[in-house]
Amino acid sequence: MNKKEPILDVKNISMHFGGLKAVDKLSLQVYPDEIVALIGPNGAGKTTFFNCITGIYEPTLGDVFVLRDGKKRRLNGLKPNKVTELGLARTFQNIRIFSNMTVLENVMVGRHCRTKSWVIGAILRDKKTRQEEIETIEYSYNLLEKLDLHKFANEMAKNLPYGAQKKLEIARALATDPVLLLLDEPAAGLNPQETSELKDIINKIKEEEKISILLIEHDMKLVMNISDRVYVMESGRLLAQGTPREISQNPEVIKAYLGEEHA
Amino acid sequence: MFEEIKKSLKVSIWFMFLTFPIMVIKVNLTDKVIIWRWKNLILVGIGSFFLSFIWRYLLERKAKKAKKEEMGIGQTSIFLKIFNNPKYAKPLYIIFLLFILAFPFIFSMYQTNIMISALIYVMLGLGLNIVVGLAGLLDLGYVAFYAVGAYSYALLNYHFHINFWLALPIGGLLAAIFGIVLGFPVLRLRGDYLAIVTLGFGEIIRLILENWDEFSFGPSGISNIPRPSLFGINLGVKESTIFIYYLIVFMSIITIFVVNRLQNSRLGRAWIALREDEIACQAMGIDKTKTKLTAFALGATWAGFGGVIFAAKTTFINPASFTFLESAIILSIVVLGGMGSIQGVILAALIMILLPEYLRAFSDYRMLIFGASMVLMMVFRPEGLIPSSRRKYEYDPTKR
Amino acid sequence: MDYFFELFFSGLSKGSIYALIALGYTMVYGIIELINFAHGEIYMIGAFTALIISGILTILGFNKISILILATIGAVIYSSAYGFTVEKIAYKPLRGSSRLSPLISAIGMSIFLQNYVLLAQTPNFVSFPELIPEIKWLEPYSSFLGSTDFVIIVTTAIVLVLLTILIKFTKIGKAMRATAQNQVMAALVGVNVDKIISVTFIIGSGLAAIGGVLIGSHVGQINFYIGFIAGIKAFTAAVLGGIGSIPGAVLGGLVLGWTESFGTGYISSDYEDVFAFCLLVLILIFRPAGILGESTQQKV
Repeated sequence: MNKKEPILDVKNISMHFGGLKAVDKLSLQVYPDEIVALIGPNGAGKTTFFNCITGIYEPTLGDVFVLRDGKKRRLNGLKPNKVTELGLARTFQNIRIFSNMTVLENVMVGRHCRTKSWVIGAILRDKKTRQEEIETIEYSYNLLEKLDLHKFANEMAKNLPYGAQKKLEIARALATDPVLLLLDEPAAGLNPQETSELKDIINKIKEEEKISILLIEHDMKLVMNISDRVYVMESGRLLAQGTPREISQNPEVIKAYLGEEHA
Repeated sequence: MFEEIKKSLKVSIWFMFLTFPIMVIKVNLTDKVIIWRWKNLILVGIGSFFLSFIWRYLLERKAKKAKKEEMGIGQTSIFLKIFNNPKYAKPLYIIFLLFILAFPFIFSMYQTNIMISALIYVMLGLGLNIVVGLAGLLDLGYVAFYAVGAYSYALLNYHFHINFWLALPIGGLLAAIFGIVLGFPVLRLRGDYLAIVTLGFGEIIRLILENWDEFSFGPSGISNIPRPSLFGINLGVKESTIFIYYLIVFMSIITIFVVNRLQNSRLGRAWIALREDEIACQAMGIDKTKTKLTAFALGATWAGFGGVIFAAKTTFINPASFTFLESAIILSIVVLGGMGSIQGVILAALIMILLPEYLRAFSDYRMLIFGASMVLMMVFRPEGLIPSSRRKYEYDPTKR
Repeated sequence: MDYFFELFFSGLSKGSIYALIALGYTMVYGIIELINFAHGEIYMIGAFTALIISGILTILGFNKISILILATIGAVIYSSAYGFTVEKIAYKPLRGSSRLSPLISAIGMSIFLQNYVLLAQTPNFVSFPELIPEIKWLEPYSSFLGSTDFVIIVTTAIVLVLLTILIKFTKIGKAMRATAQNQVMAALVGVNVDKIISVTFIIGSGLAAIGGVLIGSHVGQINFYIGFIAGIKAFTAAVLGGIGSIPGAVLGGLVLGWTESFGTGYISSDYEDVFAFCLLVLILIFRPAGILGESTQQKV
């Protein structure tokens, strides 16, 4: 697998807030058709790392590259919307859906960066705009079907149960047609049944859509179950990386997670 | 029950204390007399006693409703059901449209003039609705763009004899350019700062119009602005009033048409997404600045059109017509109607402008009621008179 | 040189009053992150209450000093009561709703209070009695520092010292700081957040009332609309210094006062308000955190 070029290539990025090094010289690669997990104790800098590569923060040092359609592009300093256009889509730790829009519309918003119509098209509703609109609806509805959300299509997003809102965030991110999906604690707050459904969804995205996944997660069972590789972060640094098996036997990781006496 | 009465009595005593100096006492220092208006004290006492019951009842009802909605059994009012059901809504709209079209033949010139004002506010309200209601940008200086429209017609006509028909698009365009120029630096500001900066801009423009005599003729304003002509024929006062009336009806319909199409488009969805959550919106690949600027510019365009028509209607403008109060009125129209709701904004504009005109006794209290209703609306019914509803897309997966 | 000092001191006294009002904005913003649009109206009500009380006392024949003191006390009590009530009616029921709602409610409250005073009192300017007595020993300097300016500056200084003591060293001050830092945590450790918010409104309104009395006797006339412009200017001062920061509000007030007084003195008096608004716009665009404020990044 490693012979291929990585679709996400992070080289030695650091993020400093004043004197605090929230992310310190971290390198990470995600290859095509791969599920990679990023784990670590609370406050290790995982979400900051996500924010650095999705353009919410600009990393202090280092480079981030993404490969889309055979072209390698540097992401540093690009705005979040440009990063999404280049093929990284993400969900958020605390749900950030558009509460007062319908479920279908939420997903349709995700199509924004793959469609074009603007003021004139909106007002005149010419043939091209109508066509685009129909395609958007169809694309979005299909996505909802895949995630089993289509029965809520015309419901207000705020009225969905928590688990469905989390799925909606994934559907919305998928609508941007990404090469890599970044999930920030997708299983947080889900019950065991929903977690197992999430596992299937993630596998399905990888198998059917050919989209790689990088996820932050605290649910070790889920991580060990679905990941091809795992990165472990602690205090902004990379502690270890390897297959789930290697990680679960790494003494450093065990020490970081369980404390000194278990080492 | 006894507890409730006790509570209300407390409120009543508090308000009698609170309003005592301002409501009861009036001092005339030149004649050295003090006027005591004890009647007001009694009115305040009784009024606040009863209002406090209503206040608590409404708060309770709101809490109950919120609880119900949390459990997923929220219900829409009959009012809304009618508006959202095309079977009832369509005939209602047609009757309303016919009434509007027949208006100048049924009512007097005076009333037609009032209706013109009301319809200008419908346009302004719908324009601001794009900015505040859809894109969630609180613009407190909207009147500045209205002023740009009005002054561009007045000045272009004064200096270059440009007629109304040419001035209308120019006014709209100039307002849009102003919107972009002013919007560019401020749109990265957080919501409440944006509100204050736009207010500042609005005031700066008014103060410039007031003080730069060489440019704008200062506080005395510009008079003898021609009314619009019809195919080069100059109309008399009566005919031209009727003509302006139909013009503004036509413009309002265009506005409704455009805003309706905008809000159910890719751009409209981007605006609403921006209003709901800026960070998630950017993560969906939406260019924040471009989307906000478009909302700002489009909103301003309508204020520009409104300004040109206003100048043509009154034939006289001065800076006093473009104070912050005007911005506040337009904003309260949007808020009362329901942010993002076209029907709501139309209804609110008609109520807010027509009611004080027809209830003369009421007109002194007009601004008092505007202010109070803004507070009450936010406390009890933040979604407005007619809450906006999102379009439901029909999609039949079997027809693939 | 006298002209320069005249402008300097008039800017200082004007700035002091802006500072007094700005403190109310800053304190409220620090605690509930709301621009209290109605704050300017609280100040206006303070000025009107002082006017009414001093009117009665003048007719009754009291002397100037006692009128000044009684009118100020009355104004502070009433403004505080109004501030307290406004919070209970227009802001408290909206806690936890979107950011725009309380702001719109505040604008509504501001319009309501303006028109309430307009209808209950008068739409016209009314002359405000001169309450501040001439100070004899200031006479040699009168070419650039009048008694009124002097009293305004001294009063503001005293009030600021008292406020600092209150916030730094008293229990309620500690609770206020805790609430400003983190409402939920403060509530968890036993701070009555509702009470602290009320106290903040009361203190802020009281300060505004002092500003109202001082400006009334400085300018000599007031009307129902003075709160609007003063409110915006004070808000500018608060933002200028860094909203949420108490020393910032004072610094901002002074900077604004000087900008206006030197701007009108050396450039043009027609554009007095324009200077303030331009300063506001420029500050918000180029340094939204203000002079003493810290920029905060939104948490994702």
